[in-house]
Amino acid sequence: MNLLDTWQDKPLNEILYYVRELSQDPEFPTVKRWRAAGGQVLGHFQVYFPEEIAHAAGMLPVKVRGAPVEGRQADSRFGSYLCSILKSSLELALTNRLELDMFVSHPICDAARNLAAVWGRNLPYPAQILYLPQNANSAYSARYLCGEYTRVMQDIQAITGVTVTDAALRNSIKVYNENRRLLRELYDIKRTTPWLLSVDEAYVLVSVGGMIQREEHNELLAAVIPQIKARTAKKQDKIRVVFDGGFCEQPPLDLLRVIAQSCYVVDDDLLIGLRWILQDVETEGDPLFNLADAYLNASSYSPVQHDLRKPKEKMLVQRLRNANAEAAIITAAKMCEPGLDEQVAYSKELDELNIPYFISEFEEKMTSFDHMQMQLETFVENVLFE
Amino acid sequence: MSNETNGHEIVGRGAKDGGRLFREWFESLSLAPERGDKTAYVFVMGSISEILRAFDFQISFPEINSLQTAVRRVAHEYLNTAEDYGYSPDICGYVKADVGMQLRGGEHPMGRIPKPNLAVLTNACNTYLKWAEIWERMYHIPTFTVDIPGGRSAGYGTSETSGDFARDKQYVQFQLQELITLCEELSGQKFDIDKLRAQMKYTNDMAAAYKRVIELNQNTPATFNALSEGTIYLGVANGLRGSAQGSQYFQDLVQEMEYKVAHGIGTMPEEKYRLIFVGVPCYPIFRRFYELFADWGGVFIGSTYLWFAAGGLELGYQYDLNNPLESLAEGTLLSVRNAMDSMFFQDRALVNMLQPFNVDGIVYHPIKSCRTVSTGLADNRRAVMEQSDVMTLFIESDMMDKRVVSEAQMKNRIDAFFEGLATRKLRTAA
Repeated sequence: MNLLDTWQDKPLNEILYYVRELSQDPEFPTVKRWRAAGGQVLGHFQVYFPEEIAHAAGMLPVKVRGAPVEGRQADSRFGSYLCSILKSSLELALTNRLELDMFVSHPICDAARNLAAVWGRNLPYPAQILYLPQNANSAYSARYLCGEYTRVMQDIQAITGVTVTDAALRNSIKVYNENRRLLRELYDIKRTTPWLLSVDEAYVLVSVGGMIQREEHNELLAAVIPQIKARTAKKQDKIRVVFDGGFCEQPPLDLLRVIAQSCYVVDDDLLIGLRWILQDVETEGDPLFNLADAYLNASSYSPVQHDLRKPKEKMLVQRLRNANAEAAIITAAKMCEPGLDEQVAYSKELDELNIPYFISEFEEKMTSFDHMQMQLETFVENVLFE
Repeated sequence: MSNETNGHEIVGRGAKDGGRLFREWFESLSLAPERGDKTAYVFVMGSISEILRAFDFQISFPEINSLQTAVRRVAHEYLNTAEDYGYSPDICGYVKADVGMQLRGGEHPMGRIPKPNLAVLTNACNTYLKWAEIWERMYHIPTFTVDIPGGRSAGYGTSETSGDFARDKQYVQFQLQELITLCEELSGQKFDIDKLRAQMKYTNDMAAAYKRVIELNQNTPATFNALSEGTIYLGVANGLRGSAQGSQYFQDLVQEMEYKVAHGIGTMPEEKYRLIFVGVPCYPIFRRFYELFADWGGVFIGSTYLWFAAGGLELGYQYDLNNPLESLAEGTLLSVRNAMDSMFFQDRALVNMLQPFNVDGIVYHPIKSCRTVSTGLADNRRAVMEQSDVMTLFIESDMMDKRVVSEAQMKNRIDAFFEGLATRKLRTAA
């Protein structure tokens, strides 16, 4: 079923406006529409979840990534020294803005692991932790993860009453492969002709995928990508940067717009979980094993996955080089331990390579960007006129 | 020797011997490079010391090194060094104190901590992963993660017979075998399963005794204070895990605690309130923090810290020495999972303690530095209060950073808590 309002006959700018409003709407109208039609919803916290499994069972997988909402109920469930996304995500559930049938968190960080426990104590449906392997280098990890996916699938089956077949999983993998291909194409535009697609526009187009069915997201992307390519915007005097620090808590859209005023963001880690797997997942053979193998062996990087093959600072440099970027914006959400830890490693590496970088922190609820804008513009001028 | 003489020697022995063993352990660590010994950095929640000792690695616990700087009131020097290097004030203080110490060449108030040749970590705390990555960059050493699947939800997989347990155990066992291969390469020693068995036997002794010591605090008066003496016992349980010294220490400790029970000897002169401590101690004012409760006659008869920071040793898991590798995997999985559960899902365990330990109140102490322990405490407290009428106190500070510790504010809250407890006791008596 279609969850989006009719967009097909609208011009690109109107589609982008609609998608932007939708992606920022803390009432999750598409999810409400799905539920009103009798559908069930699986909410999964950042960063990565194998949505194909929920999709194959007929559930709507929804990415839980917080929202700029006021904390009325969730704040009393947590202590003081925490990132915002944890509190706002629970707030969405406690205030019924986001109604789910199942919630899954991951051991991405110490705070997120606690979230499933807090969620389970406060909401009437099952909440659990999916233990994605943190020893990505063990020869047993893919087998273990396949077993873990099987366990999650069984839990999903118990909730939906649907037996997930291999054929259904393969079909879902194909839908998601197409989605991954389209997202890669979208990011290719950013890399090759960034003046045609600003960071905030690309972000909302990706973001909306976390709240609708992927078939519909595919249709949307397939329609807008040619229109974006056909834009007539001209290249401006902006520097090419990679934005890093958006793997979990999301920066406010206005912050991305501020960046877009002086920079071309040619690559980033915003909502990296939706783009975690870098190539098509194999459709022959055991589909759950294929998903597990792709998670481990055909995937991106983030500060919350420990893999000896992917030293994060080296991966960042590779991302910069692949995108032909001349500088990096290294951010972290306030109180985000993995992000703040990584800032040090990134900055030391970039210092060594003499690559300019801009360091900052953000919070999803921040509303004032003047100070940051001034600092960023100064940084950009330094890079431009060095 | 008369009973009285015996008692004089026995009471307080655990604290005294614990301090001595700790000093000796640090001295030995300081001399490791001179002896040509290799050092492994490990963590309290899943140290895998049995395997590392079987390869003659010296064991260093960076968490313990860091907390010692706070207890000895020099943590701020190390924190400042790390923050000057670039680390945020908002990350784990243990990590920063260690970074500061590494940048100062291992200089530590208890000796000189050698550089690591290997780091072994589990996923029980995600910061372990980020911490090990720092050593990878600093020293280019191998790091090995033993990934231990925790409980997926409250009450999940606590039994060896539950559906996913066999799969999880297989995963852990496979990784332990991979770790053994790595240790063989690094140490140049061939794996000796009998040597492993010997270390596991010592851990069995320690686990059984540790469990017994904790259980004995059900008695009134309490035989030890979980926040003060308990922290010493915990240090030995970690630092000397899988060693003959550790085994002997805990057998002596059980003897001491049983003696105290038999003679009605408590840990404080007048025990008025029996409390549970939830969280990590306030090390920057360690003694004073204890006194804020002890001055009112409050004794901590138990703590979640003695569970999770011992890596689940309080379960008393006994390795099957006839089947060491499989049993080590099972014990590691159960114990470390238990440690994780006691941070994320501890409300039921706390409620279950109230009656047998005759508890008057629970003190929650979330800290800025540690999200693993602290994130869910406010909600856990709500859950405990829904299931019981126990009085609770919620005070936030830090385990390392004295900038976040407001003693006067804490004292106000603690005094008010005890006034409430006193009123309740009076009403109950009336």
